[in-house]
Amino acid sequence: MEKEKEFYDRLEQRGVSRRDFMKYCTFLTATMGLSSSFVPKVAEVFAAPKQRPPVVWLHFGECTGCSEALLRTRYPYIDDLVLEVLSIEYHETIMAAAGHQAEEQLHSAIKKYEGKFICVVEGAVATKFDGAYGKIGGKTFLQIAKDVCPKAAAVIAIGTCASYGGVQAASPNPGGYKGVGEAIGIKTLNIPGCPPNPVNFVGTVVNYLLLGKLPDLDNLGRPMFAYGQTIHDQCPRRSHFENNEFVLEFGSKEAQMGYCLYKMGCRGPETYNNCPLVKFNDGTSWPVEAGHPCLGCSEPNFWDKMSPFYQEM
Amino acid sequence: MGNRITIDPITRIEGHLRIEVEVEGGKVKDAWSSGQMFRGIEIILQGRDPRDAQHFVQRSCGVCTYTHALASVRAVEAAVNVTIPPNARLIRNLLHGAQFQHDHLVHFYHLHALDWVDIVSALKADPAKTAALADNVSNASVGGTAYYKSVQQRLQTFVDSGQLGPFSNAYWGHPAYKLPAEANLMAAAHYIEALKLQARTARMHAVFGAKNPHLQSLVVGGVTCVKDLTPDRIAEFLYLWKETQEFVNNVYVPDLLAVASFYKDWGGIGGTTNFLAYGDLPASEKEPESLYMPRGVVFKRDLAKVGDVNQEKITESVIHSWYEEGSPKHPYKGETKPKHGDYNTAGKYSWLKAPRYEGESCEVGPLARVLVAYGKGHPEIKKLVDDTVKKLDIPVTALFSTLGRTAARALETVAIGNAMEGWVNELVTNIKNGDTKTYTAWQMPEKGMGYGLNDVARGALGHWIEIENKKIKNYQYVVPSTWNLGPRCEKGKKGPVEEALIGTPIADPQKPLEVLRTVHSFDPCIACAVHVIDPQSNQVYKIRVV
Repeated sequence: MEKEKEFYDRLEQRGVSRRDFMKYCTFLTATMGLSSSFVPKVAEVFAAPKQRPPVVWLHFGECTGCSEALLRTRYPYIDDLVLEVLSIEYHETIMAAAGHQAEEQLHSAIKKYEGKFICVVEGAVATKFDGAYGKIGGKTFLQIAKDVCPKAAAVIAIGTCASYGGVQAASPNPGGYKGVGEAIGIKTLNIPGCPPNPVNFVGTVVNYLLLGKLPDLDNLGRPMFAYGQTIHDQCPRRSHFENNEFVLEFGSKEAQMGYCLYKMGCRGPETYNNCPLVKFNDGTSWPVEAGHPCLGCSEPNFWDKMSPFYQEM
Repeated sequence: MGNRITIDPITRIEGHLRIEVEVEGGKVKDAWSSGQMFRGIEIILQGRDPRDAQHFVQRSCGVCTYTHALASVRAVEAAVNVTIPPNARLIRNLLHGAQFQHDHLVHFYHLHALDWVDIVSALKADPAKTAALADNVSNASVGGTAYYKSVQQRLQTFVDSGQLGPFSNAYWGHPAYKLPAEANLMAAAHYIEALKLQARTARMHAVFGAKNPHLQSLVVGGVTCVKDLTPDRIAEFLYLWKETQEFVNNVYVPDLLAVASFYKDWGGIGGTTNFLAYGDLPASEKEPESLYMPRGVVFKRDLAKVGDVNQEKITESVIHSWYEEGSPKHPYKGETKPKHGDYNTAGKYSWLKAPRYEGESCEVGPLARVLVAYGKGHPEIKKLVDDTVKKLDIPVTALFSTLGRTAARALETVAIGNAMEGWVNELVTNIKNGDTKTYTAWQMPEKGMGYGLNDVARGALGHWIEIENKKIKNYQYVVPSTWNLGPRCEKGKKGPVEEALIGTPIADPQKPLEVLRTVHSFDPCIACAVHVIDPQSNQVYKIRVV
């Protein structure tokens, strides 16, 4: 009780009202597909776990967009996530240490938390020439993945690159890039998307902290709560599709009226994700809302399978 | 022969960078900058639909996201010869302005500040004195003894937990840290405030761009966010813009001045010689005349002579890069034949190529833009620069430095942020007058060539495209971090960061904090700088038949 009060005082001091926070917990609970009775328990997860779960975050062949996406999370804001919810032991984009001190930090975290840390992988692994196309501290991505991932309690592949190879694995895949699971032959929990919605990552972590296990996955390793339905099935423009009301040219009257983007190349019918429901950047918008067709960015090999993007499926 | 120090990985950047320096007599005598990853996006683009290129190239970087999409659609628009409507130009400027605000804030507080601010020392600060200091230097909307006490308590709880996470194992206590404990606590508090603010700043991108990172509302010919041109959406954008710009004016700039006043010696360290800016933020289709940030080149620090820029004078050299030998080439003729090999600073040592303008290595980025604007007498930039050097009591020549680079970044954030208000007003006026046009229709030609030049947060960015049979025949891009962090060229001339590191004092070779300061001041973005092709699978992508 005392702790709870302290927590809400802290939140308010940081400009987050209790009401807003509970609203977010309700939203997250619904996103995770849990019943509303879980809302107070979800709130507890953010309040103050005693020992914060250690996270080792690896960067391979990528653009850092997934880390950036996570930096935009709200309730918890990223400062709460970093200072109070998780213990980010290694993350090259935010960590203070560099060079051999950074390497030491990675190795001591793995040793100290062996079998207990969550390994998050961002980016694909180069496999050609024994992985010569990507190195950190003189070791290839491939060596690092083989060394670190098997020692984790769970490996979460964040983004389409770590999940399935991503843009650098698009044909003809010059570097022989692969998703981390395929590159080293392990099973990963995949949170695809380019970038993925941070809500889907936070939901997965909360699920782990709340229920002590990872969420249910589909056959592509994706949490069902986020990737259980197609964009098309949840799209607010769906009625225009049913009524044969289509945009045929950008900037047209039909585009101004918000008609269906199917004939402009929208990949919503083939793409499993919760974008229309959750939207991006604190629920501000998502591609179809901004009048642009869905690219299908959370599907395996979407760069080849879904392109040319502006052509009807 | 001095001692060699290698820093790999360079953290708090985007991508994989290795920096090596040779130290003699407590100073850097020589330096090598090496990109450590290769992805291959240019070859992946061959044979694809030119309209799709923006989505591929935007994935070069998720930090300065949007900038490659913008350069790409501009290059294709040039190749297919289409002029976008004024509303599309304004929305692109607004998204670009928001990118500057976001990128520079995050860089200063989250990627660079820990080189100057000792977080551990903040625990020893007196919160009342910190509050007094903050009141004295900044107009932050949060502050006071209770606030700084709570921030300090939060940090203390964090440290007491024994899980130091991202703050583990750094150079805390290093003698090159000069700030008093109170200033460190103020900066630590603003580090946390800025973490929260950047999430809201990025929402500006979502308003007209669907999401951030990786916006999705640009198309060749204009923008798609026509349904977002409503009063409530514009108000949402304005609110986020105002909140950010207030932080920039009341916290970021005062923090910069406060920190810089303790590190004035860095006004003489980390400088380079030549500066190149493509300029950006057009007020009409007339370029470069209408660009808010002007285009120009400065050689040998001579600000009295700002030269015009001709993109034909750009070449890339590969002699010290892991590619097969070839003479320096213009991007239209660019060819890339990778040859991975040993790391050898006397031979090949980087995946980055070495771009040159008229054969010279040039620094690009905030400092280059501000110097070009200053040299050209840009009124807003001139006033900001003159006021700043006066406040810090340093000569204008101190700008040629790590300190100058860091200051220029803050100053252009103010100027560009202020200019955004005018673009919003222009957009509102157009809509009021019934002009809601956001797109110009066009036809894909059988053949075409075009380039798009931008100046983005990290510097001069150029994309070059050749279209044949309505598909991409060749696509090359030369990005800011290739300019700044590229290796030596065939004439042995160092890249800008290599040049800037020479002479840097090193107090403790085990903890080369001073090297990080200069490297980070360039805001390296390495994934974007290495994006080339593979020789052994030099086949052209086969287009899917639908």
